[in-house]
Amino acid sequence: MAGSSKESAARTAGRPPRAERSTRSRPAQRVVVLVATRKGAWLYHGDAQRKTWRADGPHFLGHIVSHLVLDPRDGRTLLAAAKTGHLGPTIFRSTNLGRTWKEAARPPAFAKAPQGQPGRAVDHTFWLTPGHASEPGVWYAGTSPQGLFRSTDGGLSWEPFSPINEDPQYREWMGSVQDGTPDGPKLHSILVDPRDPAHLYFAMSSGGVHESVDGGRSFATLVKGLEVVEGFDAATITFHDPHCVRLCPSNPDRLYQQNHCGIYRLDRPSDEWVRIGRKMPKRVGDIGFPVVVHPRDADTAWVFPMDGGNVWPRTSPQGMPAAYATRNGGKTWQRLDAGLPTGQAWWTVKRQAMTADARDPLGLYFGTTSGELWMSRDEGARWGCIARHLPEIYAVEAAEPA
Amino acid sequence: MRVLIPTPLRSYTARSWVDATGSTIGAVLDDLERQYPGIRFRMIDEQDRMRPNMRFFVNGAATFDLAQPLRPTDELQIVQALSGG
Repeated sequence: MAGSSKESAARTAGRPPRAERSTRSRPAQRVVVLVATRKGAWLYHGDAQRKTWRADGPHFLGHIVSHLVLDPRDGRTLLAAAKTGHLGPTIFRSTNLGRTWKEAARPPAFAKAPQGQPGRAVDHTFWLTPGHASEPGVWYAGTSPQGLFRSTDGGLSWEPFSPINEDPQYREWMGSVQDGTPDGPKLHSILVDPRDPAHLYFAMSSGGVHESVDGGRSFATLVKGLEVVEGFDAATITFHDPHCVRLCPSNPDRLYQQNHCGIYRLDRPSDEWVRIGRKMPKRVGDIGFPVVVHPRDADTAWVFPMDGGNVWPRTSPQGMPAAYATRNGGKTWQRLDAGLPTGQAWWTVKRQAMTADARDPLGLYFGTTSGELWMSRDEGARWGCIARHLPEIYAVEAAEPA
Repeated sequence: MRVLIPTPLRSYTARSWVDATGSTIGAVLDDLERQYPGIRFRMIDEQDRMRPNMRFFVNGAATFDLAQPLRPTDELQIVQALSGG
């Protein structure tokens, strides 16, 4: 199936200050922001200064696109995880930055259950992760309900990966659809150690964080130090709800996590997470979905808190959205809201909908549940709006095409 | 036999009515997959269950059974569920 594509010019609605010129900047590369929404996907092509953005879209209008990712190994292969409200899930692939798309020959699907047993069916592919730099063509996918899949041909065909999809212990930890949120339980945050393609992490909402050191032949839980909802036993893996886990490229032994129950940091070889969100302002709290790490500084990370009180409104706290940054590994946090609405803004940011580019100074991007795309050219000091009136934004990725 | 394709799946067939062969609904869907790769999985999950919001009618009568026998003169209508917002 081919996705439609329309192009239009979009200028920045806000006016974040011009970024200071840095001697370490890479002037040749331009950033493309990949926006996956509840009603399709858009690509926003930035100019060299990241000041104006050209909209390319919608692609797959009417499809629920959970993730749109550019392969950093070739800078041209795009994968889109898509479905519609009625139709089953699939993967679309483009090798020309979205000018044409080709559907996967075999999208992620669970193994057929033995006769008489209820088998699981993939409702949607939720997360896409390109494989290790030494394994071109390898991709990983996480699904809802929780499943782990792998492609070795650049996303054309997918197979269940590792024994976990059918493992009785893992199936117990995954729980049932009844245990999931209204959008369904998800496997996400598939991380590949840049030093070792056999060293993998993934997380499940719910179902905890897991690590493999043998290329996925086996996984072990990695939940020590993580809290669970009051009144439940942290020893029960099912109750662990990591929302987003990121690995620091500059120090792959450091991971940050935004959890249902706070913000955490893990420094390997320790296996015990440390709750660093306790230092967040009390009236804001440390609940949220996304966490973003700095590509060159493992002490720097950003989160976007949301209201997790009572019925879990999933809005910005007090209707005043803000990112928070730490520059010291979570010892202190700084509120970053310049340019953002100062009140009556009841949107929030989903777990895949906040990201950073690799430029210097670094650019930050996030998409909102109300369909706005925001960016900062100065690491969050000031924000400007790239686009409004999009559908609910599920995922935002910043990439540099070849 | 003639098969009515719902609009969300016409990106595969490029037309509303197509011809397919098979002695059961499942076999007809297999033939559709052969002609239009990828179309079956959008309607039928990996456990061979009809997806929750897809409906199948044979000569206007609803069916939920992929093994239901079909005659060459039958007409299969595939629609996506309409109720709801």
